[in-house]
Formats: sequence, structure tokens, C-alpha cells
Amino acid sequence: MTGRAVLRLIRPPGRIEADALTFDGQDLTRASERDMQALRGKRIGMVMQDPKYSLNPVMTVGRQLTEGLRLRDGLGRADAAAKALAALDAVQIRDPGRVMEAYPHELSGGMGQRVMIAMMLIPEPDLLIADEPTSALDVTVQAEVLSILDRLVRDRGMGLIFISHDLRLVARFCDRVLVMYKGRVVEELAAGNLLAAAHPYTRGLLNCLPRIGGPRGPLPGLDRTGAWAE
Amino acid sequence: MSLIEIENLTVTFRAKGREVRAVEGVSLKVEGRESYGLVGESGSGKSTILRAICGMAPVTGGQIRIDGQPLPTPRGRAFSRQVQMVFQDPYASLHPRHTIDRALSEPLAIHGFGGSDAKVVKALTDVGLPAAFRFRYPHQLSGGQRQRVAIARALMLEPSILLLDEPTSALDASVQAEVLNLLNRLRADRGLTFLMVSHDLAVIDHMCDRILVMQHGRAVEELAHEDLAGAQMTTAYARSLFDASADRMLDPAGGGA
Ligand SMILES: Nc1ncnc2c1ncn2[C@@H]1O[C@H](COP(=O)(O)OP(=O)(O)OP(=O)(O)O)[C@@H](O)[C@H]1O
Ligand SMILES: [Mg+2]
Repeated sequence: MTGRAVLRLIRPPGRIEADALTFDGQDLTRASERDMQALRGKRIGMVMQDPKYSLNPVMTVGRQLTEGLRLRDGLGRADAAAKALAALDAVQIRDPGRVMEAYPHELSGGMGQRVMIAMMLIPEPDLLIADEPTSALDVTVQAEVLSILDRLVRDRGMGLIFISHDLRLVARFCDRVLVMYKGRVVEELAAGNLLAAAHPYTRGLLNCLPRIGGPRGPLPGLDRTGAWAE
Repeated sequence: MSLIEIENLTVTFRAKGREVRAVEGVSLKVEGRESYGLVGESGSGKSTILRAICGMAPVTGGQIRIDGQPLPTPRGRAFSRQVQMVFQDPYASLHPRHTIDRALSEPLAIHGFGGSDAKVVKALTDVGLPAAFRFRYPHQLSGGQRQRVAIARALMLEPSILLLDEPTSALDASVQAEVLNLLNRLRADRGLTFLMVSHDLAVIDHMCDRILVMQHGRAVEELAHEDLAGAQMTTAYARSLFDASADRMLDPAGGGA
């Protein structure tokens, strides 16, 4: 929700209220719908967790990837296709030629997720809001995709808001973390310190995780009776 | 004889003159009451194997046997009483405009079983949900509650085998723990057999007795549970998955990093 709110994608009866919500000096609570249109996709990209909701089921992957390049950036067919192929290659798609011609339902979960990431990265946004962008990827492909995101952050100065349930992934990949519970921030800390978090909610979550070589009895549950859960 | 026997399975999709070999010559056996894990590269054919068992993928070679019997095509009613599938996204298996009551009683009605009222209530309580949830719609439930309903639905016909495709990867850590505990309890209580896909080796280690590592449509290596934690893999690919999962070995509760 917080990710969507930044893009002002909350539908009534939902409302956005903020003391401050600025992007690159621009007050997003006051920006016109037109200004927002200009930001969405081009300067602020968003990757959703589930490709089913963001990819058009009746359009080939190639068309979805090249549409923006042709309409927005005025590239010719061949240039747009070359750029799209390169983007699929960058997210470690094995057979980019085949995937360009495929429809979303012909892809595995992780392939669809990588197509979405490629689609968001093509316009080279300044800020990427990524909601569980790697939850369907195997760990080695995940590592590749994360290193692409990391390069964009380091080399191009892209900002990244990474939304994830995966505490261990966040701990090693992000710089700073906000831990949220029921719409509220319960804790803010340096990501490197996440596994040593002190807040009972964060500790409770860490406690619930299985681990390789760990005991196989029932996993501890989260105790929601603390004062923090009010 | 093993409960599930897959021999030399090949699945080939044809789209626009192209052939995609999603699964190529994969063999595996799952014993009764065993929990067997499928891990590996994204796009390597894990979900396709589960779908092939259910008769929802174009099998072009090999054999699948359950309890020693080759499966009929189409799969038919006896099959649904024996094998059920649970997906990552319970929305995929729950109709958005049907109440939970309908979702749970439908399999019974289709198979001509009566007494569905009491069975629905029991199914809900068995997965730890209040009976009053019968009157809700899927969107009125949280992700974890929806997954519990999907599990309850899969169990309505009392199958012996559950095929689980990333059943907890959309859930947060605490809800994942609850669903994994639920699955383990149901497996022990009912003597279920699991064939389960997950990308999280910690989840696989916690849940599975044996593991098949897949890459690019092929089986790369089979590992016993102890071999995973003991890093006893022999292929480079299985090792790379293990190495990339180093953070899953840490005991996060111990605060280690
Ligand atoms: N309906 C289809 N038509 C054409 N190709 C398909 C279809 N369904 C799957 N495929 C292809 O089969 C291969 C295996 O897909 P599958 O969904 O089994 O992978 P997976 O191992 O489950 O991957 P992930 O971990 O990403 O979910 C992929 O190359 C995919 O594009
Ligand atoms: Mg899959």
C-alpha cells in the first residue's frame, strides 16, 4: 500500500494523507494527475509481486516490452526489439527470442517475474518500487537479478524501495529497513543489523524462520499479545 | 512399489511452430508418507511436473504411476480422490465470487457425497479457522487464511497425496510458519504424502525427506535430507543453489549475521 501511495494509485474510498510526500523536490500530494502520469513508469517504476496482475495476458511479451519504447521513446521496430531482447538477457532469461513471442501464461512464475523487472528497467527510472520482485525466483537467478538492481543503485544512483517478507534477503541486500506491522512502522534500522533487531515484532518474525539444518519440530509462532501489537 | 513413480517423463509444449521441452526424461519415486521436494532453476519444469501428474500438461514421453497404476487420461474422479494440488496463490484455486462454504462443499457435491454441512465445519476447524468463515468470500480473508482454505479444500476428498507448488512463498514469516506447521501436522495425522516445490531451501530442509534438484527441464541430482544440510551434493548446479542459500543456514533467532 505504501508503495502504491507514492505513485498515488490508491482508489476511493481509500485516501492518502501525509505530512510530506515529495519526490525529487516535487510535492506529490499536490501534483496534478498529469504530473503524476509523467512520473509513473518513466521516473518512478513499480514491479508487483505477481506477473498475473501486471502483464497483459493477451499480448506477447515482446509487444509489452517494446510498446513503451516505440510510443514513448519513438524507437523503430528493430531498435525497440533489440533493446527488449537485451533487457531479457540482462535478467537471465535463457531463451529471450522464444520468450519475446510467448504469452504470459506460457511462462513459469519466475520467468514472468523477470519479464516485469525487465519492463520496469527499460525506461531507466530514478526510483524503483519493487514489491516482492524476486519471490518466485530460484536463489541463483535471484542473486543475478539483485546484482542488476544493485548496479543500477550504485552506478546510476537509482533509488530502490524493496518490499519483502524475506528478512534474510533484506538484511544482506538493502541499506536501511522499515519494519511495518498493521500499517505502522514499528522499527527503523540499518539492514545489516536486522538479524540483531531488538523490537519484539521483528524478533518474533526472525524466530519463526526455518533454517537449513535446523530442528524439524513445529516452528515457533509469533506472539501477538505484546503491547506493540495494539 | 512406491506411491508415486515417474519414469522418464517428457513434456513438450508446442506454440506457434516452436517446441518447448519443459521436462526432459525426469524420473523420480516418492514413497507413501514421504515428503519429497522439487527445487531448482526458475523455468526448469517443476510446476510442469506437478501439472503433468494432474493431467494438465502435454506429456510426450514416459510414464506416471500412482500406487502402481498408470493414470487414465482424462484423470477422472478416482484420481481427484487420491491426488490434490495446492498453489502458491490461493486465488488461483478459489473462485472470487463463491463463498468459502461453496468452495469447500463443491468437491463433495461433484463426487456425490452427502452430509456436507458438518464436513465443511470440520474441514475449517481442522485447518485452524473458525466455522463462521464459511460465509465469507476469499477477498475477505488474509493471505494465510486463504491458503488454509485452499488446503482445506484440497483435503475435502481425503486424498493421500498433496502436490504443493510454493505454498508459502507469498506469506510473511509468521504466517509461513503457521502454514508449514499445519501441513506437517496434517501429514502426520493423516499419513499424507507430499510432493512440494519451493525456492527456499530452508523451507525444503524443514519439510522434505528427499529432494530433487532440477535445471533446464532435467533432473540434476537427488539429495537425502541430511545431504542438504551436510552440503553433500556432487553436482556444480546443486552446490551453486546451496551456496546462494548460505543465509538460510544462520539461526536468525540467535541474532547471528
Ligand atoms: N502453457 C505453456 N506453453 C508453453 N510453454 C510453457 C507453458 N507452460 C510452461 N511452459 C514452459 O515450460 C518451462 C517450465 O515451466 P515451469 O512453470 O514448469 O517452470 P518452474 O520450474 O515451475 O519455474 P518457476 O520456478 O519459475 O515457477 C518454461 O520454459 C515455460 O516457459
Ligand atoms: Mg513454478
